Formats: sequence, C-alpha cells, structure tokens
Amino acid sequence: MTLLNYFINNPSTIFRLILEHLQLTGTAILASIIIGVPLGIAITRFTRLANPILAVANVFQTIPSIAFFGILIPFLGIGQKTAILVLFLYALLPIVKNTYTGIKEVSPFMIDAGRGMGMTNFQILYMVELPQSLSVIMAGVRIATVINIGTTTIAAYIGAGGLGELIFTGIQMYRNEMILAGAIPAALLAILADQVLGYVEDRLTPEGIRKKKS
Amino acid sequence: MISFKNVTKRFGDFVAVDNLTVNFNSGENIVLIGPSGCGKTTTLRMINRLIEPTEGVISINETDISQIDPVELRRNMGYVIQQIALFPHMNIAENIGLVPYLKKWPEAKRKERIEELLEFVGMSPSQFYYRYPNELSGGQQQRIGVARALAADPEIILMDEPFGALDPITRITLQDELLEMQDKLGKTIIFVTHDMDEALKLADKIVIMKDGKILQYDSPENLLRNPAHGFVEEFIGRDRLLKRPEFINVKDIMIKEPVTILPERTLTQALEKMRQRKVDSLIVVNSSGKLIGLTTANDVLENYDKAEKVSEIMKEEVYFVTEDANVSQVLSIMAQKQVGNVPVIGEKNKLVGLITRASLVNVLGEHLTA
Repeated sequence: MTLLNYFINNPSTIFRLILEHLQLTGTAILASIIIGVPLGIAITRFTRLANPILAVANVFQTIPSIAFFGILIPFLGIGQKTAILVLFLYALLPIVKNTYTGIKEVSPFMIDAGRGMGMTNFQILYMVELPQSLSVIMAGVRIATVINIGTTTIAAYIGAGGLGELIFTGIQMYRNEMILAGAIPAALLAILADQVLGYVEDRLTPEGIRKKKS
Repeated sequence: MISFKNVTKRFGDFVAVDNLTVNFNSGENIVLIGPSGCGKTTTLRMINRLIEPTEGVISINETDISQIDPVELRRNMGYVIQQIALFPHMNIAENIGLVPYLKKWPEAKRKERIEELLEFVGMSPSQFYYRYPNELSGGQQQRIGVARALAADPEIILMDEPFGALDPITRITLQDELLEMQDKLGKTIIFVTHDMDEALKLADKIVIMKDGKILQYDSPENLLRNPAHGFVEEFIGRDRLLKRPEFINVKDIMIKEPVTILPERTLTQALEKMRQRKVDSLIVVNSSGKLIGLTTANDVLENYDKAEKVSEIMKEEVYFVTEDANVSQVLSIMAQKQVGNVPVIGEKNKLVGLITRASLVNVLGEHLTA
C-alpha cells in the first residue's frame, strides 16, 4: 500500500519524470529517424558503403550502455546531452538496417518496371521503394524505441532525468515503493510504445500488401 | 521504324550484342528469339535505354534515341515484363494509370482512359477498378500489365517474355488477345521469347539471334520454308519443320496396304470386299500390282444390273501422287479435283499406298495440337 500512497502523494513528480523520459527517448529516436532513414536509403544506392556503415552502427549497439555513457562523459560531461547522443547512436542500427533491408527487399523487377515506364530515380524511391518498405522501416523504429525506453532508465544515472531517477534514488534510500514507482511506469511505457508502434506499422503496410496476409 | 546501325553492347569482355544492323517496320509484331545469352533481351532493353549501347546508333523514326531524354522516351513506349511487376501497393486503376499520371494527365482523362483499357482487356471496370494486384490471377495480372503498357497510347510496345510465367492455357489465351489487339491497334511490338511456337504464332517477322548476332530475320513462313542451314534449322526444330504440310512426306503417312481388287472380279465380289474391309472404295490393280483404276460403292450399286465385272465400271482417270510427294501436293489435288482418295504409286506405276481424307486429318490434327 505504500506504493499506492507514493503514487497518490507524488503525482506531479511521476508525471514530470514520465514526460522527461519520453522527451529523452523521443528526441533521440526522432534524430535517429532523420539521420538513419536517409542514411539507410543512401547505402542502398552506394552499396559499397553498406557493410562498413552497418558494421559501425553495429559496434555502437554492442557497447554496454553504462560503458557508453562512461566513455562519453569525459568529453561531454554528464546530463541530457550525453544521454541523448548515446540513445541516438543506439537507435541508429535498427533504423538504418531496416531501411536498408526494407528497400533492398523490393523486387528488382518492380524497379525495372518503374524505370521502364519512365519514372525518375526519385519517383522510383517514393512511389515504389518507400511504400513497399515502410512497414519494415517502421519495425526498426519500434525496436529502437522499445530498446531506448529501457536505456533511458539508465541515463538517469548520469543525471539526465527520467523515470530512472526514482529507481536509482529508491535503491540508495532503500525505498522499494520509490523503485517501483519508477520501474512500473517505465515498463508500461515500453509495452505501450511497442503496442502503439506495432499498430502504426500495420497501418503503414499498404492495403494491397496487407490483404495478402489475411 | 526502329533502326539499329552497327550497334554493339559489351559487358566487360562479354559481347552481348555484336555489330547489329537491322530495321524494324512500324506496325509489325517483331519477335526476337534465341537461346539464353543470345542478346535478345539486351537488344530489347536498348530500345528504351534501360541499357545503353557501347557503340552504334539506334533511332526511332530517324531520331537518334541517345538524343532523347530517357525518361521521356520511356513514357512514350509501353513496357511489359515476364515478372509482370504490378505495384502491389497500388490498386488496379493506379497501376494502369501510372504513365498517364507521370505525364500529368488531368484526373478525369486518366479515369476515362483506365476504364476504357479495362474494358479493352475484358475486365469490367466496376469489378476491378479498386482491386489490388494480389487479388487477381496471373493471367488477369498480365492483362493489367498489358493495359498499363497501352495506357498513354504509345506507338511502340516492348514485351520481354510477357507470357513466360503463365500456365499454358492462360498463355494461349493471352497470345490470342495480343493478336486481336494488334489487329485493332496496329502497334509496333518488339517481343522477346524463347518459345518457338509463340514466335511462329505471333510474329510478323522473326529475328533469330545467337551470340549477339542475327542469324535470320524473316517472316515465319519463310523461316519454316527456307531456314538457314545449321543452327536456325536446329533451333526451329526438325519436328516443327516436318509438321508443316510441305515437309510431310506422303510415304510417311500413307495407308500402306490399301484394299485393292483385280479388274476381272465381279461386282458382287467387289461389294463383299468393301463390306468385309469396311471401306467405300477399292483401288483396281492388275495382277502385277500396277494401278489401273478406282471404284466406289456408289459406282458398284448404280451399275449392279448393267455390268458384271469391275473393269467395266472402274474410273480409269485416277489422280495419284508418287511416293516422294508431300502432303501439300496431295491437299491441292484433293481440293482441285474434288477427290477424297489419292493413291500413291512407286516404281513402274505400282500401287504402294493410299492417302484418304481421314488419314490427312489425323496428321494435320497432330500438328495443330502439338
């Protein structure tokens, strides 16, 4: 019951931290989409760059998050800036990779047909390739978001704020209700994001392709 | 007219098309055929600049196409491929209307054209306009593929094995529809296939290619009548050559032991023989086997009271052919002389066989169903 009391007594703190959490994750994901999708498209055009770029993105994701923060603190200090950069780099791999794979999976015959009918390169991209790979790209965004909601929790450790703050403070003060007041909303956020983005992914699958599945 | 002048295409060391010079007439259905790697698809794809020639000039109606913007060029040319490649995220109307859309036709004009084309390929607009490609059968999809190529009413349509992925029955239906379409619209069609039957059926002119070169460029009739020796003959297939009436030897299809009778037999004996052997005519030969006449059941019955022996009633004017004649000659005799049975004679006018209407139908029927 102490947990419930905590929620009742501190609604504005929890609400503020949820917003902060979403803001951190959201900013990083948005930046990842803005950089990652064009980058993913670019490496389908310059395929020689595909492997090196995917390898680098892969390295970012392999580094444990707490170590990654540690590496960047000497350069950027603690706080939101460092946190967002790490979160951004984490999100890059799934987004770049899914963009690349999604577009590569479009049948070359579709592209041949488009070109043969007189589409320009840009028209082939936005009329043929992107509509057919949108759901795959969106799946990458979903994975990145869910991972980042988790990683953002750790970012509180370097003073970036978010729901992790309650968890870490709770651990230091031996207050379980405080830990849970951070952990439960964080978990729910991740689950909710997964559901919502899964729905978006589905809606973005073009009707003619979606029908095949049923 | 599409003309190739000394056109060569190399991919690295590989010569795909080797110094090609040829003209394709407007309004004709030109079929490019040959084994894989012969350069037929490369030739096709150079016409809409999906592939650029290494050397040489391709021109359409005297205009060098390398001087035309490839996007413009392609929008004014139909393009149909084996994989059909309708866009799965666009409905049927959007697929058909794609080139008009790219050409910025106003919406009302596009809609009208799409409906017209759906009617043209035999698919009701009310039923199919808003459907998606994956709801259609392969044959329906390729009908839409053809409609899409016709959308902006291009003069030239390029087709790269368009019916190759369809089942045989659908393929034949679409071939027939293409011929019908060609009769109505008179487009210039450049059609690539590796199926000789398809080529013979559809082509006004056939281009047989091998190793990037044209071995023969001719009408289907001439190709069958005078195939260039060696590869062309082999590629067309002895089988197919043999099935043409002028290539079928009488010796191979004649009835080898026709029912005969000696002239000195009586009419009763003749009738009895016909009844036993279930035929309505007899070939009259003398004792040494020489053809001397022909008699039919009718002749025998009409003269039953008046005559006694076969020799009295037989027709002595018999149209016959020799063993080395071909079926085409037999056909013309049957047509001109209004006869149903043509005896075949060998050395010293000896009877060796008989061709009847029925035996011909069998052979030619095989040709049609093969």
